Amino acid sequence: MILKGLGSRGWLLIALGVAILVLIVLPPILPTFIVILLTQSLIYGIVAMSLDLLVGYTKMPSLGHGAYFAIGAYTAAILATRYNCGFGVCLLSGVGMAAGAAAVFGFLALRAAGVYFLLITLAVAMCVWGIIYQWMSMTGGENGISGINRPDLGLPVDLLDHVYFHYFILAVFIISLVLIFLLVRSPFGRTLVGIRDSESRMKVLGYNVWLHKHLAFIIAGAFAGLGGVLFAYFNRFVGPDEADLAQCLEFLLMVSIGGRGTLFGAGIGAFLITFLRNLVSVYTERWLMIMAFVYVINAKYAPEGVMGFAKRFKMRVEVAV
Amino acid sequence: MEFWVTQIFNGISYAALLFLLGGGMTLMFGIMKIVNIAHGAFYLIGGYVGYVIVRHTGNFYLALLVGCLVVGFLGMVIERFFLRDLEGQEIRQMLMTMGILLFFQDLLLLIFGGYPLSLDPPDWCSGSINFGIYYFPVLRIVMIGAAALAYMILWWFQAKTRAGAIMRAAVDNKEVAQGLGINVYVVTMGVFGLGALLAGFAGVIGCAFTAIYPGLEFEVLPLSFAVVIVGGRGSLKGAMVGALVIGLIDNFGKALFPELAYFTLFFPMAIVLAWRPTGLFGREE
Repeated sequence: MILKGLGSRGWLLIALGVAILVLIVLPPILPTFIVILLTQSLIYGIVAMSLDLLVGYTKMPSLGHGAYFAIGAYTAAILATRYNCGFGVCLLSGVGMAAGAAAVFGFLALRAAGVYFLLITLAVAMCVWGIIYQWMSMTGGENGISGINRPDLGLPVDLLDHVYFHYFILAVFIISLVLIFLLVRSPFGRTLVGIRDSESRMKVLGYNVWLHKHLAFIIAGAFAGLGGVLFAYFNRFVGPDEADLAQCLEFLLMVSIGGRGTLFGAGIGAFLITFLRNLVSVYTERWLMIMAFVYVINAKYAPEGVMGFAKRFKMRVEVAV
Repeated sequence: MEFWVTQIFNGISYAALLFLLGGGMTLMFGIMKIVNIAHGAFYLIGGYVGYVIVRHTGNFYLALLVGCLVVGFLGMVIERFFLRDLEGQEIRQMLMTMGILLFFQDLLLLIFGGYPLSLDPPDWCSGSINFGIYYFPVLRIVMIGAAALAYMILWWFQAKTRAGAIMRAAVDNKEVAQGLGINVYVVTMGVFGLGALLAGFAGVIGCAFTAIYPGLEFEVLPLSFAVVIVGGRGSLKGAMVGALVIGLIDNFGKALFPELAYFTLFFPMAIVLAWRPTGLFGREE
């Protein structure tokens, strides 16, 4: 009965609280494989949320988000392995490089809108992939970069331990979630939603639409870079696959399958896709086929994603009560 | 001098292949406003179909014909059953074409395995023609000829036939065309099929020219995107110029700076976008 007075936001907060509690309590008793997947989902979750900022909140269908993820990952990997830089330097440079790349590519991509924007972001990302793939002396080409040690934060625990590393990533995830949430609720975020709904109206009202879009693009790139840095430390290896078309589209799939423009949904999508991909590939070699069906079904029958279903389910329950 | 002549010739013959790929993509883009990721799969399917036909009949021309028709038909089916409902919803379209790409990627891997395959072109294509100190492989000359022929046929079709006029009308203004009694759905399906057919054609030729293997689709996609961006979206002339620019630059990039080949691909795109966001021959929206 207490639950009856809760609005959508109340439900969301409860679900979020339960999810975080589960992520804190369960890892010590779960199998290592599952803990690793949870950690990976959290990292992808940060990237997916940042992409949702563009796709869901601003209507900028960026397809090249894998590029900023990869730039963050490679920056951290190169600095950590070749120059023995500490975590702080790698983190700042990784995020900075990704944000810088987003600023430069944003200048190009924002020359166009809609499908053209999508085409340009995709083409630029594929160039980043190509450079990573070919620039052997810097990126190791197809062999990638291995031998990245877990960060030394001066904590009394060893981050090589999967459970402790999971907690570290969880902490960063929660900080990112709060930051992106605050951003979305801020006047800046409201302006982005306004631009999504009617760009011309916002222009007439005196907002600098281009600047807002460009800033959103840079912020999203920075968070994707953060995800990349974390991924480099998590996986302890980075390869060109991190930047390829499949990875870019997979981030988009995460956002879409969770529910565009819901932020929370992007996190759910990251968990669903990461677990699906890794669990299915344990049982069958044809996991690409399964992924293909997920793409097609999401695109054709369930564009609203999980959050859309939850909303519809809630409405039905309310009608029934 | 020899280096430059050879590289320019190689660049132009590579551009011929890129024109077939990018031209198909630009046709689809013009009528449907869709970035077709599955285009890479169409190229690959064309190549594999051609390979099978040559393997069983030894007839290269039959392989070209069947490769084109199979991929063209497949494109029409995909448009009708998977893309028509998603008109104007770019994110759903992207996810759909990606799903289709992955499906065919895995299917082809299952059937043909992961090794590179190539087919033999007819005997008269295998030698080279000799101009003084320069040797030009016949196959590359044939590729340029095939692309030029395709361009002329497409131009004639668009500019001189009734079907071409209907197509241009549907690209210009869908609603008005529909109001005038044109069945725009059929036109869209036909154009998508035509674009796929060109990719299939490119696939068979590409299979004879280099080889085809799983993963090649991701290598040809950025090139076709670059062709469409540089040339201008929806323009056949743009696709030809874009293919020449990208073909030459990519070829020289690979020869001169092998490590940074893709950077040389990014550069012309960035310049064109900064200067003319709609591409060299694209129209203002």
